[in-house]
Parts: sequence; structure tokens; C-alpha cells
Amino acid sequence: MESAVKERSSQGGTKRRGATAEEMSARQKEVSVSEFFVKNRHLLGFDNARKALLTTVKEAVDNSLDACEEAGIMPDIAVIIEDLEPKRPATAKQSRYRVTIVDNGPGIVRKQVENIFGRLLYGSKFHRLKMSRGQQGIGISAAGMNGLITTGRPMLIYTKPNAKQPAHHIELAMNTKTNRAEVTLDKETKDFPPERLRGLSAGTKQLSQEGVFLSPEVFATGTSVSIELEGKYQKGRGSVDEFLELTAIANPHARIVFVPPSRVAQEEVDDLLPGTSAAAAEDGKSKVSKSDAPAQTTETGGVTVFPRGVTELPPETKEIQPHPKGIELGILLQMLKDYEASEKGSLYDFLQTRFCRVSANTASKFCSAIGATSRTRAGDIEPQQVEKLFKVFEDEKLAPPPTDCLAPIGVRQLLAGLLKGVKAEFYAASTREAAVYRGRPFQIEAAIAFGGDLPGDQAARVIRFANRVPLLFQQSACSSFKAVEETPWKNYAMQQPRGSLPIGPLVVMIHMASVWVPFTSESKEAIADYDEIRKEMRLALMECGRKLGTYLRKRQKMRREGERRDVFERYIGEIAKALNAITGEDAKRIYDALLEQARRKTAVADQQLDEDGKVVKDDEEDDFGEGVIVVESAIAPIESAAPIAPPVFDAPKAKESKPSKSATAAKPAKAAKPEPAPKPAAKGAPAIVTKKDLSSRAETEPKPAPKKKSFSDDDPRLF
Amino acid sequence: MAKKTTEQGGGRGPTERMKERDVATQKKILALAEDIAQRSLKGKEPIVEIPTRTKSNTLWNKKKGILEMGDATAERPLFDLKTAKQFMQTMLHASTIKDLIEAQKTSSLRGVFYKAKHTVAGTKENTFDTQDESDPILEDLEVALGALREELHVFAENRGSMVGNITIVDKGDEIDCRRMGSGGYALPSIVEPDIIQFKKCEAKFVLHVEKGTVWNRFNEDRFWEKNNCILTHGAGQPPRGCRRLLQRLNQELKLPIICVLDNDPWGHYIYSVIKQGSISLAFESSRLAIPDAKFLGIRAKDFRECGLDDAVKIDLTDNDIKRAKEIAAYPWFEAHRGWQKEINALLTNGFKMEVESLITKDISYVTETYVPERLKARDWLE
Repeated sequence: MESAVKERSSQGGTKRRGATAEEMSARQKEVSVSEFFVKNRHLLGFDNARKALLTTVKEAVDNSLDACEEAGIMPDIAVIIEDLEPKRPATAKQSRYRVTIVDNGPGIVRKQVENIFGRLLYGSKFHRLKMSRGQQGIGISAAGMNGLITTGRPMLIYTKPNAKQPAHHIELAMNTKTNRAEVTLDKETKDFPPERLRGLSAGTKQLSQEGVFLSPEVFATGTSVSIELEGKYQKGRGSVDEFLELTAIANPHARIVFVPPSRVAQEEVDDLLPGTSAAAAEDGKSKVSKSDAPAQTTETGGVTVFPRGVTELPPETKEIQPHPKGIELGILLQMLKDYEASEKGSLYDFLQTRFCRVSANTASKFCSAIGATSRTRAGDIEPQQVEKLFKVFEDEKLAPPPTDCLAPIGVRQLLAGLLKGVKAEFYAASTREAAVYRGRPFQIEAAIAFGGDLPGDQAARVIRFANRVPLLFQQSACSSFKAVEETPWKNYAMQQPRGSLPIGPLVVMIHMASVWVPFTSESKEAIADYDEIRKEMRLALMECGRKLGTYLRKRQKMRREGERRDVFERYIGEIAKALNAITGEDAKRIYDALLEQARRKTAVADQQLDEDGKVVKDDEEDDFGEGVIVVESAIAPIESAAPIAPPVFDAPKAKESKPSKSATAAKPAKAAKPEPAPKPAAKGAPAIVTKKDLSSRAETEPKPAPKKKSFSDDDPRLF
Repeated sequence: MAKKTTEQGGGRGPTERMKERDVATQKKILALAEDIAQRSLKGKEPIVEIPTRTKSNTLWNKKKGILEMGDATAERPLFDLKTAKQFMQTMLHASTIKDLIEAQKTSSLRGVFYKAKHTVAGTKENTFDTQDESDPILEDLEVALGALREELHVFAENRGSMVGNITIVDKGDEIDCRRMGSGGYALPSIVEPDIIQFKKCEAKFVLHVEKGTVWNRFNEDRFWEKNNCILTHGAGQPPRGCRRLLQRLNQELKLPIICVLDNDPWGHYIYSVIKQGSISLAFESSRLAIPDAKFLGIRAKDFRECGLDDAVKIDLTDNDIKRAKEIAAYPWFEAHRGWQKEINALLTNGFKMEVESLITKDISYVTETYVPERLKARDWLE
């Protein structure tokens, strides 16, 4: 003791800096989950003002879609962003917004409102293995919490669970200390969907009258959530606009109406999905909806409507029990404990009821493997036995988990979604069979769009989805992104720098459907890189790639045909004139006769010639296989070396080749007029003939062309 | 040799014959074009048949000692990427030539090139990019129509010169080749009897040298006067005009043609062309080749025999060696022991010599010693 005292005084007599255990214990207390996330909002996607706005929209839309689908309702969702400080100075970094999302879902029963909107980690989705957008039960309540923190304003909720009864109108704020909601207003109202929203702008008024926006018939039940928050509304990558566009692509069964705020922050405004154009509702020939024109995004008075692309809901997904292979030891222990608490049943029953793919046979096999009988109570199992059981799980051959818990978007719907959102010329999609990672079933789908209005000189755009939710951030951390890089695009006639994204007018879409999507973080921005998942993604991409390759090679062939024809047609005019000068034969007649021959020749020549000189059959478009759309109207005309106009011929000279000037003076109108560029004879051949003023010939200097023309037909260049 | 004044053509004047000839040529052009026009209108593939001017279609006529063109022809279809443009060019030139004949004008090769050259309607492409594309098409037309260049009213640039003891008439103008000053009479590309007639000739032979610089030496030294001959050069590979004139001098005036060329494969080749004709103009060999032309020098042995300085040696390149071996394998050289020896000697030497190398002995060594001595000794290759 003394020496200890001495030691202390020898430290210079100063008071010890640290606190004592008692002092420390006074400060030690439970951290509520809400408090944790208030400090760590970035984990949930509220890193900055711009992202906060997006995350708020995203969480609400995800919830709405989940709710509608679970209730079997075709989702009709309105997203309204109001600028609450429209007169703020132009230099303001951010502004206050009110985000309102209205859905026509089943509504929420009154007593659950506080829990759903006012508590973090409260939800229906965490405790089950079922494919849904939301997983943890953090989303919407976190959004409300963020709003509360940044503006002090409570969440405003209208919900109408019963079509025949009035809606509930509730205002609530979260108490972050207790992770509980405090209701500040609670009344019943007939105002659902809220009348105020319909009159926001000229666009909303017009759409309301047309019955497209918040029509009371459609919104017989439903929920409306309003959150005020500090945010920043911008267009471009990672914007609300992009999110909704991609959501519309992955959810072609949903109709989404977006009312953006009146003002856009004036920086970083770049294009959304290249090739998307809201205004152009041009018809592309599609095989998806032959009866009705494919739904295209439209805009009315600033309000964007993403229409329905398909008319049926995705199939309902079943909830499944965990698969023994995917379980972890700790989880297994907890499951046993839970089972003991609730059922007090035998291990034998436990194994059969709490896992999938465990038959009675397998269960008894497991029991005997760890030295238990079929009557041993689950609660009596020793920890060593649990460990052994866990090992047995690993070694046993079991059927993979059932896949009826998954609802892929489907090839048809994928194509409809892409067609709606991306203006391209070629679309292909494929859905893989379900596979398993860590005992959890998942299914990968891929789709690609090529050409059309997409920029040709940039790296391909990758759009990623998990359970139909677009993933907008952390692209390079995502398994799907790596899968795109690993796919051998060069085999499919695309350019691809080593180990990176392919270059070209390409949009690649990847969707992972699973009962549990392994995200890299709570903000659900990137899919974790499991080998099984990446492999499936690659295989799906390769399926699409092969279709693209077939298409591109065919296009290349068409281009060669075009070039060949181009060469012939270029000279025919000259030949006709020369022959006319010598023989007096009508130049126009010779020209037409030769042109017809040229067309015939090139059509034949192309059927016969392959890159290898092999005879190939003329494949029809259907040969691409299923899951392909070609929009012919979107195919850019093939660049020919120079567009050819049919030449103008003088009036036919008399057969007697006297230089008679009077004959030339009287030009028959028919011969003097060049015929309009004829359509290529072969079906599907690109239009290479462009009309061009003949005066251009005079402009062209008759000096030797700088480059010698090569007439070989094996030009390796693609576009 | 006999002095000879020539007045050819019998009873008819040259203009009449020219007209007759033009009518025949026009008929040929019309027939070619009509055929293609009719084929086109009937939906048949338009094709021009062109005799091939390649080595494989060149035959060695041992009896006549000249190269002749074989019967092989190549089709030039319009609807083939390789020949489409050439087809078009052939038609354009046919039309150009028809116009030339109709207008009774003649044009240079370059003139024809320019006349047919324009931008293809509606494109940025030219019908012809360079004259190198145009000239072979004209040669194609010559063989396809079976008409000579002059019959097509096309001529090449003047190339080569002539002086000597001869008087000629060129388009009615009398030209005394003894009074041509330092430049000499420029050889036109068309020297047919209806253009050029030989009026008075005292010369006993023709000395043909390779190029203008050597020719100048001989002219300055009045070699032709002292040795009573005609002195010509063809500016390297002699053009058709030069060769045709040499042949006419040889055949009509019976003058021997004696060549003084460089001691290298190129010189040997020039001699070969003068003597037997060339591959690309094999169809004209009977008008151009001079089977009894003689090769006086420079010989491989001259380095030693004339005691030349080492400085005159120019190393043979790989290409020279290859070329020399090719020439040695020509059928008309292959059977000739003297030539085999000569080419072997060149290869053994490992160097080549130009005619000018003799200047190292003395400025006028070649004109005053070398050539007269060899002539006297009749030391030449045939």
C-alpha cells in the first residue's frame, strides 16, 4: 500500500487524469438505436443534403411498392417534392423540401402507425426470409427522423386502410431517446388522397382531371407520408429523377407520377440515362406489347408520368425457412433457444419445422449423428452437440432451397421496362435459374440495351437492382459491376479495355432477386461480392452478350452489303453517262437497269459470303432467340463513305450522236428529275441512300482524294 | 547503206488514211459500248474483256525473236468490288477517246487523265485520283479494242533525242537532223509513217545511248559526223516513240542499232526491251522490237580492259542481284551463251558501272576511243 502511495506521489503529485470506474459507470448507459443512427445518419444514406432527399424518396417508394404487391394491388405511386423556400437566394446550398409519397396500397391500421413510422428497426420484413424491397425496418422511420432533426417538423401521415371508412390523419415525431413515436395530431379525415396535392401546379391539375394523378377511385385505400427535410434537389446521377426512372424500369407493373420541385439547384445538371427522352413517345416496333404501343415516359406541365409497361403484378413470393447450409452457429443457438421458449418441442420437430429441405428422414439422421434421439428436447442439447449439428449440416447433401420465394422481374417485363426508359435499337434480357449462396436462394437477371441514342464513345452504363430497387451509389464496390467487367464483351463484338467496362452505346442492367440480398452496408448501395452471385451475374450477362453478338454481326454483315452496294451505285451513274455519250442509248434507262442489277447482286452476294467465305443462310430476326427486341426505327443509318444521289441525266440523246443543242434544250421533265432515293430492296437492309443536293458536286474540289479508297469488303471497323 | 527517201501510202494521202483509220476505231469503240449497254438493258452482267498484259500471258516467239501477247483475256465485270472502279474508268476513257476522234484532236496521256477526271456525281470520290491510274486503263483499252495508241488519238510526252546524218519530214515539216544544235530533235511519241517520213539518210548505223548526259557527250564531240551515224537516246527506258522510230530506221533503212548502256541489270533490261519488246506492251512487239539490236557496252570486262579506277565501282544491291538473275532466266538470254557469260561476269564483279565511268580515263575517251575501237572490232553482244 505504502509503496503504491509513494508511487502516486512520485508522479509529481498531480491529480490522476483518468476517471475512476465509478465515475465512468455513471456515464455508461444504453444507447438507443435511434440515438446511434442520429449520429450515424450516413450509414443509412443521409450523408448529405442531396442524398438525404433521394433516400427519403427511396425509402418511402420501396415501402409503398412492397405494401401494394403484398396486398395484390397494382401500384400507383405519386412522388411530390415541394420547395418550401422558393425565394431562397440562388447561392443557397440547400433548401427545405416537403417530400410526399402517396400510394394506393392497403393502408396501415391505426395502432401500427406509430411503430412503423416512429421506431427504427421495427418492421415485418426483418424476421422472415421473403423477397421484399425493405429488409431491416429502418428506412422510413429513419427518413422521418432525419427530417425531424434537420427541420424540427414531424411526419405527416394519412392512411386509409378501409375504403369505406375515413382516413387517419396523424402527425408524429420520433423521440430518439426512447426510439418511440410521439403523436402530436391524430384525427380522422375524408381528405384522401389529399386534395391539396392535386392543385399544386398546372401539371397536377391537368393530370388530375385526366384521372392520372391521385384519382380518388384509384386511391380507395392507401397511405400518404410527408416528410420535411433540408435537402438539395438536383438532376443527374444519383438524383431522385434517376432513381424513379430506374425504379420504373425494374417495376414495369407500377405507375409512378413525379412532381418535382419548382426549382433545381443549378449545378451538376447532366444527362440522366443517356438516350432517355421524356418527351419523345416514339413508337418502336416491339414484340412485347404488340396490341398497344409500348408505354413511354411522358411529361405534362413539368410532371413526369412513368406509365405501366405490363398489366400484371409480379407473382406473389412465398416466405421460406432458412436452409441448413446457410445458417451460422450463433444463429442456430439462438433458434434453438427461441424454439425452446415458444414450443418446448423436440429437436426432431425443430429441424423439420424451422428449416427448409429437412425431411423426417434427414431430421432423424441429424439427431442420431449428434447422439440424440427423435424425442430429445431441443432445449436439452449441449453446446458441443450444437456445434456438431452445425458440422453435420455442412457435410450433408441437401436439396437447394425452394425457389418459389423468388419473383424475378422476368424477361418480358425487363424488356418492357428498358424499352420504356432507354432509347436504344437492340434490347436483350435473360433470367437465370435460381441459385443459392449461403443457403439463401437468389436469382439473377440481366438485360442490355444497345445503340439508338446511347452515346457510343463512353464506357457502358451499368444499372443495378436488388429486389427491384435501383442501386445508385458505390457502383465499383458492387458485385454486379465486377461481373460486368469480367464478362468477355470482346466476344460479342464490343470493345473492352482489359478488365474494365465495355465501350460503346450500351446499357447493362443487372437485377438480383433474393430473400436476403447481402448488401455491403445499411444504406443498401452495393451487393456484397459472393462468388456464387458474381458467377450467376456473369452467366446472365453472357447470355445477353451472345444475343448482342449475333445481332452486331448481322448488322456488320448488313453494313458490308451496304458498302458493296454503295460502291456499285457510286459508279453506275458515271457508266450510264459514258455509255450514253458513246452509243446514244438513254442514260436513265441504263442507269435504272444497272441499279436493279446492283441491288440484286448485293442481296445475293451477302447471302453467300461470310467472314470466312462460308455460305450462310440468311438468318431471320427470330434467330436471336427469345428475349430480344430490335427497334428498327432506332438503328442509325449506316455511315457510307459518301451519300449517293441518283445522278441527273440530260435528256436522252438521239441515237445519231450528233451534238444537237436543240435536243438538250428541251428536257423532258421526267428524265431531268432524279427519282427519289429508292428504298433498299432487301428487307431489313439499312437505308444508305440519302438524298443530297446535286450541287454538292460542284463544291467538291476535283483534287485527288487524300486517301486511297479501299474496296475490300472486310472492313474490321464496326461503326 | 542505201540512201532512201520514203514516200509511203501509195496513191492515197495520209489524211485520207487517217480518216479511214478513225472510222474503224470509232466502230470498235461503239461496238464495245453497245455490247455493254445492251447487256445492261437486258439485265445481263456488264463485262469488258481485256487481254491480259502479264508475264504469264507473254509468249516468246523464238522464230521472230520477239515477245508476243498470248490469247488469255481477263474479264472485268462491273459488279465486283475489285474491278468496279476500273470498269467505270474504262467506260470513261472510251467515251473520252470517242470525243477526241470525233473532234479530230489528239491529247496527251495527261490530257486524257484530266478530261476524264472529275468527282463522281453525288460523292466526294474522284473518277481518277492520279495519272498512274489512268495510263494503264488506256493501255487496257488499246488491247481491248485492238487499236494502237495513236489510233486512239493519244500520245505520250516527247522523250528522247536524235541527231545525225538524216533528214526527216515531220507532219510536213522537213527536219535536217544534222543541224539540231546541242539539244537534238525531240522524239515525239507517235512516229508512224503518216506523221514522220524519212527523206534523206546517209548514216550507216544508229548509236543508241541510255540517257541524255551521255548523248550530250557524243553530240558535243560530233560523234555522228565523224562516224556517219544517227545518235539517239531514250531517257532511260526508251518510250514507245523512240523504240518505234529505231525500229523503222532498222527495218526501213536497214540501219543496225547499236546500244551503249550502263553495265547493270537495268541496262541489260533496256537492251532486252529494245530487242525483244516488253511484257506490258507485248501486243505491240511487232512494231517495236528490234531483234538484231546490238549491245556494245558497257561490258563487265571493261573495268579490267580499259583499266578503270576503283572509284567507278558501284556495289550491286540485293535487288540488283535478284534482277540480274531474273534477266539471266529470260528465255532469249537463257539460250545465249554470251549473255550468260556477261551476266555472270557482272555478278562475279559484284559491282556495276555507268557509261560515265569511262570519263575517268579521259573526257572524250568514250567517244574517241572506246566506241570506235569496239565498232571496229565488231565487239558486241547480240
